[in-house]
Amino acid sequence: MLTLTWLLIAVPLASAAVLLLAGRRADAWGHWLGVAASGTAFVVGFVAFLQMLGLESEERATSVHLFSWIPGGELNLDAGLLVDPLSMTFVLLITFVGTLIHVYSVAYMEHDADRRRFFAYLNLFVAAMLLLVLADSYLLLFVGWEGVGLASYLLIGFWNFKREYATAANKAFFVNRIGDLGLIFAMGLMFSYFGALDFDSVLSQAPEATTAQLTAIGLMLLLAACGKSAQFPLQSWLGDAMAGPTPVSALIHAATMVTAGVYLIVRSAPIFNGAPNAQVVVAAVGAFTLILGALIGMAKDDIKKALAASTMSQIGYMMLAAGLGPIGYAFAIFHLVTHGFFKAGMFLGAGSVMHAMNDQVDMRRFGALKGAMVVTWVTFGLGWLAILGVPPFSGFFSKDKIIEAAFVGEGWQPWVFGGAALIGAGLTAFYMSRLFFMTFHGKARWTDEVHPHESPALMTVPMMILAVGSAFLGLFLAMGDRFTHWLEPVTGHAEHHEPVLPVPVLIALTLILVAAGGLLAWLRYGRAEVPETAPSASLATLAARNDFFQDSVNRAVVQRPGQHLTRTLVYVDATVVDGAVNKQARGWAGLGEASRRLQNGQVRSYAATMLVGLVIVVAVIVVGGL
Amino acid sequence: MNPINFVILAAILFSIGSAAVLLRRNAIVAFMGVELMLNAANLALVAFSRIHGQLDGQVMAFFVMVVAAAEVVVGLAIIIALFRARQTISLDEPAELKG
Repeated sequence: MLTLTWLLIAVPLASAAVLLLAGRRADAWGHWLGVAASGTAFVVGFVAFLQMLGLESEERATSVHLFSWIPGGELNLDAGLLVDPLSMTFVLLITFVGTLIHVYSVAYMEHDADRRRFFAYLNLFVAAMLLLVLADSYLLLFVGWEGVGLASYLLIGFWNFKREYATAANKAFFVNRIGDLGLIFAMGLMFSYFGALDFDSVLSQAPEATTAQLTAIGLMLLLAACGKSAQFPLQSWLGDAMAGPTPVSALIHAATMVTAGVYLIVRSAPIFNGAPNAQVVVAAVGAFTLILGALIGMAKDDIKKALAASTMSQIGYMMLAAGLGPIGYAFAIFHLVTHGFFKAGMFLGAGSVMHAMNDQVDMRRFGALKGAMVVTWVTFGLGWLAILGVPPFSGFFSKDKIIEAAFVGEGWQPWVFGGAALIGAGLTAFYMSRLFFMTFHGKARWTDEVHPHESPALMTVPMMILAVGSAFLGLFLAMGDRFTHWLEPVTGHAEHHEPVLPVPVLIALTLILVAAGGLLAWLRYGRAEVPETAPSASLATLAARNDFFQDSVNRAVVQRPGQHLTRTLVYVDATVVDGAVNKQARGWAGLGEASRRLQNGQVRSYAATMLVGLVIVVAVIVVGGL
Repeated sequence: MNPINFVILAAILFSIGSAAVLLRRNAIVAFMGVELMLNAANLALVAFSRIHGQLDGQVMAFFVMVVAAAEVVVGLAIIIALFRARQTISLDEPAELKG
């Protein structure tokens, strides 16, 4: 079965092709084909997983040779899949959560004329993400990487008849291209240092390379990861990506796309292990983004944008963990998995709320929805408890491990990284509770025409399944360090280190901060009246509402200078390069103009010219004595 | 008699012929100049043949005569065609190929 893992990619891809090529003829059954393709991928993945469980942990990595891809002298690359515990974790997450989102979309997109096309793109997204995590070389990973970028572009801009949605899709695409550049540079460096691009050769040779080489590769990989995972400074696309239909947001934020960056870093662990400076940068980017995302999340009134900011922040946790080295890799993936469940559940919940509220997203016009939408309220509530890190829900086990790991080390690092993770937990509690209370509690602030109602079963059942995962998956995987042992063949065994503060103190601190954040949110948004329009606020709040002016900063720092640069280059091209060519051409034209006068049409002058030429030839022969 | 005198005569005839071609407007006269140049060349060829005691020059002279005969046919035909088209045989009139 492990050798059949190529089916995982082939089935959704074939389904996407069928749905796109069949056109309107497939409208009636296209969405079910999409669900079936994703479900088949999950079944294949699950059977392979069971088979892998039966193997000894050292034998769990299987290479599947597909075909000889680039047979070249220097670069000899085969296309193949690497099935090991790490990629299997992703396969299960992507196909399971992905399938639930597919089912949900059947109902959510019911009234959309282009539902079939939507499912084709969803399948393409899943196939590309599976290729990304299953590839056995950086180059094949890059193919999946670009496929994910393409699919996200198509899905974010799915309603591209609205101009700002199309712009959002473009923005996501462009920002991702900057990250892609990092991956291309990293591959170039790998090829020049190691002469290979497959994981096996690169990662086995990594310990022999110099620190400078590994740091260069590591920083380029980080740039790539920042683009895909919406980490600072390439985070600006994530909020606008909410333009896509809500199931797309769930897919992007939970199962596919943003997790790719974390995967890339963890997969490249041997490179980062040899480059401590790059690791510190990864952890710093993660810590900074986790605070930044949390602050943005605190100020947003748009339910989807608040969730998007939350994703940014949670991925920041994962990056922070991945930057901590071997003690953090497993926890980064652990948090990724639990986050995949509770964030997908919450996005689907948000979609359910929007479904009930005529596609409104302003939380200031929600409130008191718990009565009208009990299932959504309960499932969302479980996700909320999970992301807060309330024991015994999933987030507690994964996030707390990251906070503990962040406090390990010496010097300034544990205090800065650990402090950021700890404060982040409190901020998370505040903004998620704010979101939860503003949406489901307090007084109804609905606009007149909405009549909230519970969503159909096709939407609520996936939410319930994800809610169960949000509640218990963390506990299940954390029991006996099950998940850490499962990943050990890939991430390596990590020695146990004691944090600079005792673990019980850390847990207590975290829980106190979480409780404080939740309580503050309850006082301000649960018990107190919430104004229906955003009140004027301090400069800091305004800044957070505007994503800390990330677009203005990008415009001032990148776009404007870029435009000036291109204009200068165009000017130089027109005057210097074209100028030289044009001047030369004008010179030749002048020469032609001069010689034109010789062609006067007078036969006798031609004859005279010939005679003069003859005389000259004879003279040369006679004088030269030839 | 020194054969070099023939060469000198050939040079004089060639000069007269070329002068006729260059200086006269009348196509017939210019044409006669061309013929004179051809025959001057023939004379020079024969003279050189004599000087070197070889027959090559004389053979070449026959070739030139044949070519000259053909050239006369074509040339006169062109002059007649020119006259029919323009009622003139002045060489300076047609200047369509002016650049």
